[in-house]
Amino acid sequence: MSDNSLRVVWVYPDLLSTYGDQGNVLVVERRARQRGLNVARVDVRSDQQIPTSGDIYLIGGGEDRPQRLAAERLRRDGGLHRAVANGAIVFSVCAGYQILGHEFINDLGEREQGLGLLDVISTRGEGARCVGDVLADIDDRLGLPQLTGFENHQGITHVGPNARPFARVRLGNGNGTGDGTEGAYNETVFGTYMHGPVLARNPQIADLLLKLALDVNALPPTDDRWFEELRNERIAAATQSA
Amino acid sequence: MAGNTEPLSPRAKLAVTAGKAAAAVSRAAGRGSGSVIGGKVALKLDPDLLGRLAQNLDVVLVSATNGKTTTTRLIAEALRASGPVVSNALGANMPAGITSALAGGTDAKYGVIEVDEKYLAMVARDTTPKVIALLNLSRDQLDRAAETRMLAERWREGLAGSKAVIVANADDPLIVWAASSSANVVWVAAGQEWKDDAWSCPSCGGVLQRPGDDWGCGECGFRRPSPSWALSGDHVIDPHGSAWPIRLQLPGRANKANATSSAAVAAVFGVPPQVALERMYQVQAVAGRYDVVHFQNRELRLLLAKNPAGWLETFSLIDPPPTPVILSVNARGADGTDTSWLWDVDYTRLSGHPIFVIGDRKLDLAVRLEVAGLGFRVCESVDEAVQLAPPGRIEAIANYTAFQDLRRRVGN
Ligand SMILES: [Zn+2]
Repeated sequence: MSDNSLRVVWVYPDLLSTYGDQGNVLVVERRARQRGLNVARVDVRSDQQIPTSGDIYLIGGGEDRPQRLAAERLRRDGGLHRAVANGAIVFSVCAGYQILGHEFINDLGEREQGLGLLDVISTRGEGARCVGDVLADIDDRLGLPQLTGFENHQGITHVGPNARPFARVRLGNGNGTGDGTEGAYNETVFGTYMHGPVLARNPQIADLLLKLALDVNALPPTDDRWFEELRNERIAAATQSA
Repeated sequence: MAGNTEPLSPRAKLAVTAGKAAAAVSRAAGRGSGSVIGGKVALKLDPDLLGRLAQNLDVVLVSATNGKTTTTRLIAEALRASGPVVSNALGANMPAGITSALAGGTDAKYGVIEVDEKYLAMVARDTTPKVIALLNLSRDQLDRAAETRMLAERWREGLAGSKAVIVANADDPLIVWAASSSANVVWVAAGQEWKDDAWSCPSCGGVLQRPGDDWGCGECGFRRPSPSWALSGDHVIDPHGSAWPIRLQLPGRANKANATSSAAVAAVFGVPPQVALERMYQVQAVAGRYDVVHFQNRELRLLLAKNPAGWLETFSLIDPPPTPVILSVNARGADGTDTSWLWDVDYTRLSGHPIFVIGDRKLDLAVRLEVAGLGFRVCESVDEAVQLAPPGRIEAIANYTAFQDLRRRVGN
C-alpha cells in the first residue's frame, strides 16, 4: 500500500461490467472506508493504461465480444502483470476470471490467449447454460463462511496444479467441470463464476482482499446486520430450491 | 393510405372469431384480459393472420427497452387526429397479443403497435409497417440472455430491407447502429441519460468518445448522425427549426423524449407537431404507470422501473426531498431471477429522501442502500411503509412484478 490510501482499480468497466460488477468495487470501497482507510478508486477504461501501483484490482464479467476485446487490450497493455509482480491483489468474476487464465474460447469460437496470471484453462460447455443460485464451501485454508452467489455462464474452467479451487459447490455448478469445484486462486489472484455481486453476498471475501492488500491478520469489526440477513435468506432459498 | 376496404378471407374471419371466443372464455375464467390467449388461438388457425389484419392498416411499430408502452399510447393519440386507431394499448407486445389487438379494430385506419424487442424483425416482416420508431436499447433484466449489442445487430439485419421510415434516436449509439442499415431514417435527438451500455463502438469495438451530447468512434468513424428533430428543454424542435411547447400530464424527461419521437412519427402521416402534441396532453397514465392513487388516506404515485436505465430516468422525475420514497423489488420469472442489476443503479440519487424498502428482495435492496451509505427502513408490506412514511405524497417505485403487486394492493 502506497502512502496512506488504498488504491482500488476497476479494470475496463466499459467492456467488463454487465452483471452489476460495480457492486464488488463499491463493497470493497465501503468496507475499507469503514475501517478508516482512505480509498482512491481508479476506473480504467479500455483505451487507458492499467496503472501498476494499485493495491486491489477488480475485474468483472462481460459478454463474448467485449471479453475478447478486453483480453486483447490487457495482453497488449501488460500493466496487470507488473501490478501482480508488485504484489497487488486481483479479484475477478466470470469473463474476467477466464481472461486471467491461460486461454478461453472467444466469440468467434476460437481459442483466445489469456493473461496466464491464474493456472486455469477455460472451454465452452456443450450443455445448458449454468444459471441460478449457488451454495458452496470455500477452501478451508481461507477460513471463510459459506459462499453464496448467482451463476450465469456457459464456460467450463479447469483448475491446474498451480492454483487451488476457491470453493466446493453444494448446490449449483461452479466451474462446470463436474468435479464440484468453483473458482480458483493462488496467493494473490482470485477468480470466481459468482455474481450477486459476490462481494455483496459475501463481505468476508472483501475483507480477505483488504487483509491481503494491507498485510494484516484482522480488521476492526463492522455492523453487518443487513449483509447477514441477506446471506441467510439466499442460503435458505438455495437450499429450498434444491 | 386507406381504411379497411378489402374484406378478410373466410379463413381469416374464422380465425378472428375463434380468437375472440377463446378470449371471452379466458376472461370468464378470470385469467385477465384474455387478449394473449385469444391471439394464440387465432394465430394457430391462420398463421398469416397478423399480416392479413395489418394489410389494410397504416402500421406503426414501436420498440425500445424503455418507454415503448407510453410512446405507443402517445402516437396513437396523435394519429387519432387523422383517423381511427387500433393499438395494443395494454402492452401485450408479442405476436399473439398484437394479433389479438388488431383483430379488435376492423374499422381502423392506423395500427399503432408496441413490439417486444425480440420480435421486432419478425413483426416488421409480417406487417409491412409505414413507420418504425426505435427509442433506446439498454441492459434489461427481462432479457439477460440476449446481449444488448446482439439485439441491435439483429434489428440491423432484420430492418435492412424494410421500406418503412425509421424514426430513431440519434443519441443512442446502439439505436443508430440498428437503424443505419435502413435507407430512410428520420433522426431524433431524444437524449440518453443512461450511457453504460454504449461505451464500446457497436461497429468496431473501439472506445466511444462522448464529449457533451455528441458521440463518435475514434477508430472507425461511426458517429452520431445529425438529427432533424430534437428535444430541447420543454420544446420539440421540428425539421424547420420551429419550437413547439410540450405539455404533458406524464412526468419526466423521458416522456418528453417519447413525445418528441411521437411527434416525428405523426409528421410522417401529415399530422403537424402542434396538433400531435396537443393531443398527447390527454394521456394521463399508461397501464397504471404514473397513476396517483389514494391509499390509507395518503397519496401514492406509482412508478414502474424495470432496469437500470429506467430507474435512472425515474429518479430524475420524482419530487425532491423530503418526499418519501417506497422501493419495491421482486426477482420472479418475469423480472429475471438475478438481482445483480441493483448495483448498476445509482441509489445515491435518493440522498435526502426518507426511504422504505419492500418486495420479495428487500434484503438485496437493503444491502445495496447500506453500501451506498443511505438511511432506510425495511418494511413487511406497502401498508407498513405508508404508515411509517412522513407526510406528503409518496413516490412508489417498483420493478415489473413488484409493480403489479403494488397496484393490486392499493386497488388500482
Ligand atoms: Zn468504431
